[in-house]
Amino acid sequence: MWEQIRFNQIRSAILVAAMAVLLLVIGYFLGLVFLNSAIAGLIIALVIWMVMNLIAFFQGDNIFLALSKARKIERDDHPRLFNIVEEMRIASGLEKMPDIYIIDDPALNAFAAGRDPKRASIAVTSGLLQKLNRDELQGVIGHEMAHIKNRDVLLMAMCGVLLGTIVILAWYATRMLFFGAMFGGRRSSSGGGGQAQLIIFAVGIILMILAPIAAYLIYFAISRKREYLADASSALYTRYPDGLASALEKLGGSTAQLQSANQATAPMYIINPFRKKGKAASDLTSTHPPISERIRILRSMAGGASLADYDTAYRQVRKGRRGFVSASAIASVGAVGLREAEPEAARREPEPDKVERTREVSDLMWRLNDYRTIICDCGTKLKVPPKLKRVNVKCPHCGRINPI
Amino acid sequence: MIAIYIIIGIVVLLLLIFVGIYNSLVRLRNQVRNAWAQIDVQLKRRHDLIPNLMETVKGYMKHERETLEAVTNARNLAQGAIGKGVGAQSKAEGELSGALSKLLAVVENYPDLKANQNFLALQEELTSTENKIGFSRQFYNDSVLGYNNKTQMFPSNVVAGATGFKAGEFFEVEVAAEREAPKVSFS
Repeated sequence: MWEQIRFNQIRSAILVAAMAVLLLVIGYFLGLVFLNSAIAGLIIALVIWMVMNLIAFFQGDNIFLALSKARKIERDDHPRLFNIVEEMRIASGLEKMPDIYIIDDPALNAFAAGRDPKRASIAVTSGLLQKLNRDELQGVIGHEMAHIKNRDVLLMAMCGVLLGTIVILAWYATRMLFFGAMFGGRRSSSGGGGQAQLIIFAVGIILMILAPIAAYLIYFAISRKREYLADASSALYTRYPDGLASALEKLGGSTAQLQSANQATAPMYIINPFRKKGKAASDLTSTHPPISERIRILRSMAGGASLADYDTAYRQVRKGRRGFVSASAIASVGAVGLREAEPEAARREPEPDKVERTREVSDLMWRLNDYRTIICDCGTKLKVPPKLKRVNVKCPHCGRINPI
Repeated sequence: MIAIYIIIGIVVLLLLIFVGIYNSLVRLRNQVRNAWAQIDVQLKRRHDLIPNLMETVKGYMKHERETLEAVTNARNLAQGAIGKGVGAQSKAEGELSGALSKLLAVVENYPDLKANQNFLALQEELTSTENKIGFSRQFYNDSVLGYNNKTQMFPSNVVAGATGFKAGEFFEVEVAAEREAPKVSFS
């Protein structure tokens, strides 16, 4: 049943193909204008694209994790997070447990990396661990697990590479065109066919300006679809769409900006890390669907947690536009019930509240940064930096001298 | 001559369809088996956790002997039900779930126990194991549903019948206590 769920695969493929064609057209014109040979331009474009693809395929996740300053953690560092990830791994039917990374940042965000389900990682910010309760965290991890399961990570990496190549080529081309115009390019000497040359030249300029914009738009279109799909899958895994909805509310309401994100890595996160400083995540984000809409869809999934239920809610919220789940996928999945909300009083596990969660996470970050913890006799925890040269420290509370 | 080619073509086509359906049946059946193995791992984990839990709780809960014994007995029964088929096992595990949730409800009355670091870690493990059992059951049942649909729907049911694929059994958890209607009194 689960492998029949292949919505949008064709539409994604068409969009990727459109980007590839765009790249080839750019290469063609570049060759024509600068090298007098369209084939040479095509070959250069293809070679750049291939090299970047290979890098992205084999080292993409490492580069990405390093760029976002993520640190790998072990089970003992944060057992609850590990348990939640394992729960979602089981629910999604994934075979291998992904590696777990943490980013020391008060912003609320998370992403998945890795080219296939066998080599995957999930990273969350420390802010996320502090602010979200168990159900909300489960929804977010479910969303990331869906990206891994649906192989979105690879698709988005490949699209990102395509986009990057197009942007780089267009950038150099415009520079070279200006350069050529200023110093009267060598082609003026060849004479003849001036009219045709001029047309090609004009088309080339327009193309160089429009191509990156078109590529961005296609890229964002693909990215948005995958976000909806991951939301739907998360609801299916957890059987509890309200968990993710409430997490998204917290994420959207947060004003902290992620320090280590950049334009190229933006689509990988659960919400767009870029927005005007100080403002809440607005609905104008483009790599991701508007948060308010994602929340409304999840909240209106009253009937069940299946993909068909998400599709119904999706169409309801977006006012009768076409759904995005294929009919065959809906037909193949039976009715899926929602998990009953547990009344707060009847919870078996008294959940750690926000203060405890914050303490837990900050202790974890101290540990990861090699700080040593000394517990003073008065109960104060002293965090000792790794480079401190002294042999003992004085407790600021009671004044006792503690040896390091 | 042409008629023969057409007939050969049709036979080859049918054969290809048959092989395709057979392979997808095998894949689905393997998925069901794999999903069952996942449940097994989690059930075993729960069985292993319970003696630990008992050891920690014993000292604090002197007055809850019956509840503790119920959990131990249910665990032993569940341990004994391993390998006796999906039906028997899901029944025994359901009983164990019921006994455990009763125990964890009583914990509320013992503040000392709730402050015990060891117990808190155990509780997180136990809660998560319960969740994992739930999620693996969910995945197993979804897999069984897909597999059963395939074995019962036309045309794959013809292939399934001819090659001996039998419908799988769902893992239903039925706890006696959960089936009773809640008693509501307005006194």
